[in-house]
Amino acid sequence: MVLRFGFLRFRFLRFVRLERRLLAPIVALVLVAAACGSQDEAQDEVSRDACTDPVQAATAIDRDVDVAGTTIRLATHGSFALSDDTLAAFTEQTGIEVEQVGAGDAGTLVSSAILTKDNPTADVLFGIDNAFLCRGLDADLFLAYESPELARVPDEFELDGGSRVTPISYGDVCANYWFNELPADPPTSLDDLVAEVNRGQFVTQDAEVSSPGFAFLLATIAKYGEDGWEDYWRKLLANDAAIAADWESAYRGDFIAGGGDRSIVMSYASSPAAEVLFADPPVDEPPTGVLFDGCFRQIEFAGILAGTDHPAAAAALIDFMLSTTYQNDIPLNMFVYPVVEDAMLPGVFVEHAALASDPLTLDPTTIEQNREDWLDQWAEIVLA
Amino acid sequence: MRPRSGSPLVIGLLPLAFLAAFFVYPLAALFVEGFRFGPDEIGGVFSRSRFWRTAWFTVWQAVVSTAVTLLISLPLSAVVGRYRFRGRSVLLALVTVPFVLPTVVVASAFLASLERLGLADRFGNSAAVIIAAHVFFNVAVVVRTVGGYWRGLDDRPEQAARVLGAGPIAAFRHVTLPRLRPAILAATSIILLFTMTSFGVVLLLGGPRRGTLETEIYRFALNRTDFGTAAVLAIVQLVAVLGLLVVNSWLARRLTQRERRGATARPRPRGRQWLGIAAAVVPVMVFLTVPMSALVERSFRSGGSYSWANYRALTDRPPLLPVDGVTALSNSVRFAVAAMAIAVGVGVAASVVIASSSRAAHLRPSRAERAMGWVLDVGLLLPLGTSAVTLGFGFLVALDEPVDLRPTWIIIALAQSLIGVPFVVRAVVPVLRSIDGHVREAAAALGASPSVVRREIELPMARSAIGVGAVFAFAVALGEFGATSFVGRSPDRMTVPLAIGQLLGQPGQQLRGQAMALSTILMVATIVVIMIIDRNDRAGVL
Amino acid sequence: MTGAGLAVREATVRFGPTEALSDLSVSVAPGEIVAVVGPSGCGKSTLLRCIAGLQPLDRGSVLWDGVDLAMVPTHRRDIGLMFQDHALFEHRSVRDNVGFGLKMRGRKAAERDRRIDELLELVGLGGFGNRAIPSLSGGEAQRVALARALAPSPRVLLLDEPLGSLDRARREHLVGEIRSVLREVGQTALHVTHDQDEAFAVADRIAVMRSGTIERIGTPERVWHDPGTAFVAEFLGHNVISTPEGPAAVPADAYRLVPTNGLEPGPPAVVFDVRFRGDHTVVTVDTAEGERVRLRTGEPTSLRPGDAVGVEIDPERVTPLGEDPNPA
Repeated sequence: MVLRFGFLRFRFLRFVRLERRLLAPIVALVLVAAACGSQDEAQDEVSRDACTDPVQAATAIDRDVDVAGTTIRLATHGSFALSDDTLAAFTEQTGIEVEQVGAGDAGTLVSSAILTKDNPTADVLFGIDNAFLCRGLDADLFLAYESPELARVPDEFELDGGSRVTPISYGDVCANYWFNELPADPPTSLDDLVAEVNRGQFVTQDAEVSSPGFAFLLATIAKYGEDGWEDYWRKLLANDAAIAADWESAYRGDFIAGGGDRSIVMSYASSPAAEVLFADPPVDEPPTGVLFDGCFRQIEFAGILAGTDHPAAAAALIDFMLSTTYQNDIPLNMFVYPVVEDAMLPGVFVEHAALASDPLTLDPTTIEQNREDWLDQWAEIVLA
Repeated sequence: MRPRSGSPLVIGLLPLAFLAAFFVYPLAALFVEGFRFGPDEIGGVFSRSRFWRTAWFTVWQAVVSTAVTLLISLPLSAVVGRYRFRGRSVLLALVTVPFVLPTVVVASAFLASLERLGLADRFGNSAAVIIAAHVFFNVAVVVRTVGGYWRGLDDRPEQAARVLGAGPIAAFRHVTLPRLRPAILAATSIILLFTMTSFGVVLLLGGPRRGTLETEIYRFALNRTDFGTAAVLAIVQLVAVLGLLVVNSWLARRLTQRERRGATARPRPRGRQWLGIAAAVVPVMVFLTVPMSALVERSFRSGGSYSWANYRALTDRPPLLPVDGVTALSNSVRFAVAAMAIAVGVGVAASVVIASSSRAAHLRPSRAERAMGWVLDVGLLLPLGTSAVTLGFGFLVALDEPVDLRPTWIIIALAQSLIGVPFVVRAVVPVLRSIDGHVREAAAALGASPSVVRREIELPMARSAIGVGAVFAFAVALGEFGATSFVGRSPDRMTVPLAIGQLLGQPGQQLRGQAMALSTILMVATIVVIMIIDRNDRAGVL
Repeated sequence: MTGAGLAVREATVRFGPTEALSDLSVSVAPGEIVAVVGPSGCGKSTLLRCIAGLQPLDRGSVLWDGVDLAMVPTHRRDIGLMFQDHALFEHRSVRDNVGFGLKMRGRKAAERDRRIDELLELVGLGGFGNRAIPSLSGGEAQRVALARALAPSPRVLLLDEPLGSLDRARREHLVGEIRSVLREVGQTALHVTHDQDEAFAVADRIAVMRSGTIERIGTPERVWHDPGTAFVAEFLGHNVISTPEGPAAVPADAYRLVPTNGLEPGPPAVVFDVRFRGDHTVVTVDTAEGERVRLRTGEPTSLRPGDAVGVEIDPERVTPLGEDPNPA
C-alpha cells in the first residue's frame, strides 16, 4: 500500500509539472500496467480446468470462537431480498449483525469480488450462479466450508466438489407467454418460437448483459448442441425475435405486461406467481403461462470470501441460509426455490409457479471454457 | 510584486487533492491491480471489427445527439435569456427534471411513449431513440448554461448592430452568437462528454446492436469478466475523452472574452414576440413532457382506476426492498446534499484557481498558477467522461485504506460529487472571469487582501452561479445510479433510483405503479427545489 | 529626495516592447492635489496603477514619506482609488460600499456608521444609505465611489478619469464638488484625466504626460502661460507659430480680429471656419505666413469662411517654446 502511494505521488507531481504533456504519464501508466499484465497472466491460467474438482483439503474453520457481537457483511446482487424478521432472527440466535453491500447484477457481484479479492468488501457472498461459478472458483474467491446443513440439500445442487460454495436457491429460466394475446396455441417447445405463427412475438434479453439472456443462450446450446445452436438463433432472428437489453426492458417494455406488443418473453418459471401476488387489481389466475421446454436451471450459491476476518461468523451465516427460517423466506422475496428438501412453499407458489420437469443444464467448467467463444459467436449472429 | 497570501496555488491544493485521491488514484490502482492487460488484449481489441464499429457509433451518436440538442435548445435559451415572463421559472424547472430522472425510468418512459404513439416498430432499438433520449436528458444543460449566460449579457452591442442596419437574424449571427460562444462551447463539451460515455440510455434503448465504448466496457468487465479487454477499452475511452478536453480547453481559452455582466432588465414579451416564444417553447416542452406525463399518469393508475394507492403503498416496505419508499427518498436526499456540499467546496476552490490562472497577462498569473489552472480545468471534467464501471471498480479496489470507505455511504457521496464538480466549475468560472478587474482593485485599495477580496467580493458576486452549479450537482447526485449500485444495498444506503430499479425488476403491475410513484416524487421534488433556488437568484444568472 | 508625501522616482514599466512609463518621476506633497493630463495611451493610468501597487515596476520606485512601497501590497498601502466606471460592489448596499474600507481596517460598527453618514452627507447623498447600487444614477454612483474612497481617510486618493462617464453639466458640477470635498478634508490626491478643464478646475499642480514621461509640471497658471513644448502647447489648445526666434505658443485669446480695408501692408488672413460657442466664438484663419491658427473672440462677429480679415497678436502673450525633448 505504501508503495502504491509512492508510485502515485511521483506520477502526480509529473502530472502537475508537465502541463501540456499530460499524455506522458498516461502512456507511462499504460506501459506499467501492460508490463504487470503480461507478467501475471500466466499464473492466472493454471487452475482453469475442472474448477469444480477439489483442489484443496477443506481447512476446518474454527467454530469455537465467540461470534456474538461481530458484524459481518453480506455481498449480494440487486435482486436479493428477505422479510424484515429473517435476518433479525439470525442476529437473535447468534448475536451476529449482518450488513448488506452491493446492488448491481450478478455479473457486477462476481467481478467486484474478483477485483477486491485481496481486501474484500464483505465476508460472505451470495448470488454467484452456475453460469459464473467457475470464474469465482478459479479466482480462489472462497474459503472451503462444508455446512452440516448440506445433508438436507439434494446432491444435484452441489456442483462444487471442493465445498467452497454452498447452494442456497434455484430456479428455472423459461419463456413466459401472455394468454390472451397469443396469436395461436401456447408454444410447447423452443421450436415453436421460430415458427411463422409466432413471428414478431418473442422477446429475449442480451446474453452479454442479462442473466436470463445468458441462461437462454446456454439453454439453446444445451438443447441444440455445439453444432445446432447458431442455426437456431439465426432462425429466431429471422422470425423477428427482439433482443432487449435486460429483463426490465424486455418484460416491462416489449412484453404485453409492460404495454408492449410481444406475447412471449424470456423470464422465470416463477413469474406467473409474481403476476398473481402483485396483481393490480387482484386476480385469481395469472395472465401468463410458462413454456416448460428449454428451461435453463440456475442455481445460486453462497460462499465465505477468502479475505474475511470473521470466518466463524460467516460460516454461521451460511448455516443459517440453509435453515428453514431462511429457506422458507426465499420464494416470496426472490421468486426462486429453496434448495433444502424440508422447506415449505407458499400457497401462491404451489398454485401458480412450477419447475421444469427436465430442465437443461451445462457443466460450469464447460460454460467457463466456452463463454468467450459462445458470446463472440452469439454477438456475430445478432449483429449480422 | 504580487501579494502571495491566499494565493491560488494554496487554494488549488484542495481540488487537486480531491482529484488525486478520488479519481487518479482509484483509476491507477485499478489498472495496476485489476485491469491488467498485455499485447494480446491490445491486439485482440483492435483486430475486432466489433471495436471499430463500436468506436464509430460512439462518436457518431455523440456528435449527432449534441448537435440536435443544441439546435432545439438554443431558441429556448434565447427565450429564457432575453425575456421575463410568468412561468419562466416553472419552465426552467421542468426543463431540468429529465436530468435527475434515473435512466431506468427514462428508458421505460420512452419505450412506453413509443408504444403509445405506435412508433415502437419503426424506432425501437434504433439510433434515433438513443439520440432522442440523449436530447431529452441534455436540453437542461444548454438552457441552463447558455440561457443563464445570455441573461447576464449586456444587450447594447446587439442594439448597436441593429442601429447599424442589421436585421434581427444578422444581429444574432454576427453579434450575439459570437458573444455566446463561451457558453455554447461549455454546454457542447459537457453534452459531448455525457453522450460519448452515456451508459444506461445506450444499453437499455440501443439493444445489442447499438453499442458504445462505455457499454462495451460494461459487457466485458461484468458479464465476461474479461478485465484485460475492458481495460484496453477503458484506456481508449480515457484517451479520447482527454483529447476532447484538451481541444475544449484550448478553444475555451481562445474564446474567453471580457463581457460586462449584470442584471440587465429583461423585457416582458409583447404581441408577436409571444408567437416566437411559443414556437421555441411548445415543441420542446411537448417532447419533454410526453414521457414525463406518461410516467405521472401511470403512477396514479391502480386497479384500473386512478387513485393515490401507489403513493400510499410507499410508506410500507414492499416485499422486494429492504426499506420503504420514504426512507429511500430520505437516503437519496441525504447523499445528494452531501455530494452537493463536496462538489460546491471543491468546485468553487477550483473555479477560483481556474479563473485567476486565465486572467489578463498584466495581472501576471505565474507559470505554476497557469499550469494548476489548466490541470484542474481539464482534470475535473475527466470523471464526467470516465466509464462508470471503471470508476466504480476503481473505488472498490482503491478506497480500502487507510480507512475502508467502501461499505460507508460516504463513498456514494464522493462518487456522486465527482460528477457534480464539473457543473459547479462550468457555472462559476465564467462569472468569476467576467468580474470587472476594477472592482477587485477598488476593494484591494480599500484594504482588502486577496483572500478577503475573494470572500467579500468575488464569491458573493458569483453566488447565484454557485447556486446554479449546486442545483446541477444535487440533481445529478439524486439521479445517479451507477456508483450507488456498487455499495447501496443495505437499508441505510438504498436510494430512490436503486429502489425504482428493483421494483421494476419483478413482474406485477403493482410494483410498476409504485416505481412510477417514486419516480414522480423524485420529479416533483426536483421541480420544487429548483424553483426555490431560482427564486432566490437575485443577480439573475438564472 | 526624501520629502514628505508621495514620490515616484524614475519609474519604468514595459509591456512587451513598448514602454508605458519611462523614467518617470513625480511627487505629491501632503494635502496637494496633482492632476495628470495627457492624450489616451500616454501612460496616465499605468502611473496610477503603479502607485496603487496594482502594476509592478520594471525599474524605479514608489515612496511614501521616503519609504519604498515595493514590498507593500495594495491592500496595505492605505490609498483611495476611484475609477471612471465606479467599480462599486453591486451586491452590497450604498452603506456597505462606503463602509467597506472601514470594515477592512477593523473599525467598530458604531464608528463606521457615523463615518458613513458623515461621508454620504459630504457628497450630498444623505439618506441614500440603504439604496441598492443598480438603482443609482451615474452621478450618484460617482459620489458613492468618492465617499467610499474617502471614508477610510487614505494617505492619498487616486482618481482615474473619475468623471469621464458623466455629461458635461454634471461633470462641471461634480468637479467643483470634488475639489471642495478634497479641500475640506485636506486630501492628498492624484487625479488622472484627459480633460484639461477638469484638471485646471481641481488641481494645485498639473502634470502633462506624453509617451510615458511628464513633459511639463507646474501650477495651472504656469503651465498655461509657459507650456514649454509644442506638444504641451497644442494639448492645451494653444497655437504654435513660427517666430524669428523659433517656435512660440500663442493662446487662442491672444489674438484680435480687425476689419481689413486692403490698405495694410502685406496680404490679409483668410477666414477658414467660424464656430459659435455661446459665450465666445472660435475663428480659424489661414494667415499670410501660411499658418492656420485658432483664435477666440468674445465679441459677436459676422465673418464667414472665405472673408479676408486682419489679425493682430498681443506680443506680451507670445511665449517662446524650448526644444522639443521628444520630437515626434
